Amino acid sequence: MSQSAGSTQDREALQSAARESDAIAVERTLAGERDAFRSLVERHSQQLFRLAYRMTGNEHDAEEVVQEAFLRAYKNLGQFGSRANFGTWAYRIAANYAIDRMRQKRTEEARRQTPSALAEEQEQDPLDLVPDERPTPDRVAGNLELRKKMEEALKELSSSERTAFVMRHWEGCAIEEIAAVLKSTTSAAKNTVFRSVQKLRRALEPYVGARGALQAKAAGAAPEPRGTEL
Amino acid sequence: MTHLTEEQLFAYREGETTQREAIAGHLTSCTACRTELDRMEAVLSALDNLPVPERGPEYGRAVWQQIAPRLPERAGRGWRTWLEPRRWVAIGAMAAVIAAAFVAGRWSKPKDAGSPAASVAQVRERVLVVAVGEHLGKSEMVLMELANAAPPASGQKQINISAEQRRAEDLLDANRLYRETAQHDGDAALADVLDDLERVLLDVAHSPQELTPAKLESLQKRIEAHGILFKVRVVGKELQEKGKTPNSAPPAKESEKRERNKA
Repeated sequence: MSQSAGSTQDREALQSAARESDAIAVERTLAGERDAFRSLVERHSQQLFRLAYRMTGNEHDAEEVVQEAFLRAYKNLGQFGSRANFGTWAYRIAANYAIDRMRQKRTEEARRQTPSALAEEQEQDPLDLVPDERPTPDRVAGNLELRKKMEEALKELSSSERTAFVMRHWEGCAIEEIAAVLKSTTSAAKNTVFRSVQKLRRALEPYVGARGALQAKAAGAAPEPRGTEL
Repeated sequence: MTHLTEEQLFAYREGETTQREAIAGHLTSCTACRTELDRMEAVLSALDNLPVPERGPEYGRAVWQQIAPRLPERAGRGWRTWLEPRRWVAIGAMAAVIAAAFVAGRWSKPKDAGSPAASVAQVRERVLVVAVGEHLGKSEMVLMELANAAPPASGQKQINISAEQRRAEDLLDANRLYRETAQHDGDAALADVLDDLERVLLDVAHSPQELTPAKLESLQKRIEAHGILFKVRVVGKELQEKGKTPNSAPPAKESEKRERNKA
């Protein structure tokens, strides 16, 4: 227990040291030392890439989001309160830019998509929708298939839903932080997170929820109403 | 029995419900709801395994190389900083030092002074010597106070360092100016000390106002780690002594600077 307390303290000390050196780099950049910005870029690129990739779903877009986020951060550094955390601020810029980019891409794709292509896309093989409960004849292929399904399910989310889900589930952001990026209230942000989870469940449960479903059948649970009464 | 809604289950999973105990109680007795929660968990766990392409340790450098040519030139915010009312006190103090040094330079002007240019350079050197000496003295006091600050008394959880922070912030602008001047004059040793001092002052200025004993100790360790107190004391003393000598050596003491730089 004391060990875990120690490691928490170490982590806090490291985070605090990183924030302090960020603050120094920000001050120096503002004082005209352009190279001081380099340490900020080198320190936060990986984190921003992870967020951008999860939001956009492809490497090329993610890299562009990272670069644009740092360019915007540099241009607006004067507006940044130096007592705040640079990492969080840059993260928010990247999330906002990724949302804009996703929306723009969707609009362009919708414009390009011909009605025949749309119909073709909708004509899905019904067998694809049947959950495969076989005992993994080819585990690798199965994993790849599941990965593809997950990517598709994420793609089906609206840009706000995807942002909310990525920030909450993968990045562990607070609801207030998500609300700030989505420019919404906290209760609306909470709803958006929940909606995204609902949609992902509907899309993915046939592929991953077999264990739970079997358990329910085995227990002979009758389809009872779901409500608020406890 | 009425089952839990999907929203209730999700709020429970996220730890964001006020009915936590009631829901936990329901889950122990309701297999259907427990299964529903398991299914939700299974989907979210599967998503956890969705990989993100690796970016090597050189990625940050690569991003910098991509964006560096596109960064606009920044003029620096020096002038804006100087307009902040809080800085006016510092400006006044610096102006007084410069004026005093200038007057002192005129009064103590040696009769056998060389060319007018040499005399101007000598006055300039004196101004710097006096001003930087005083600046280092003030900085030493702030750092000494922090280095020797006792941890909060029992019953008090935190120690307030806001007064030291304000003084550190005020010293920062002057420090930056002196560092740039020292760099410009080729006094690398002084510039290095001022550079180290600037980092420590920034560190102090950006620390939280209220420090826990652990954080205070960490700040004190950082001050110690730079060895800045010793450096500031030695160089400050040297400059103050030099400032007191009425006919200090001529400004172009390249040999002396070289010696200091070597050291």
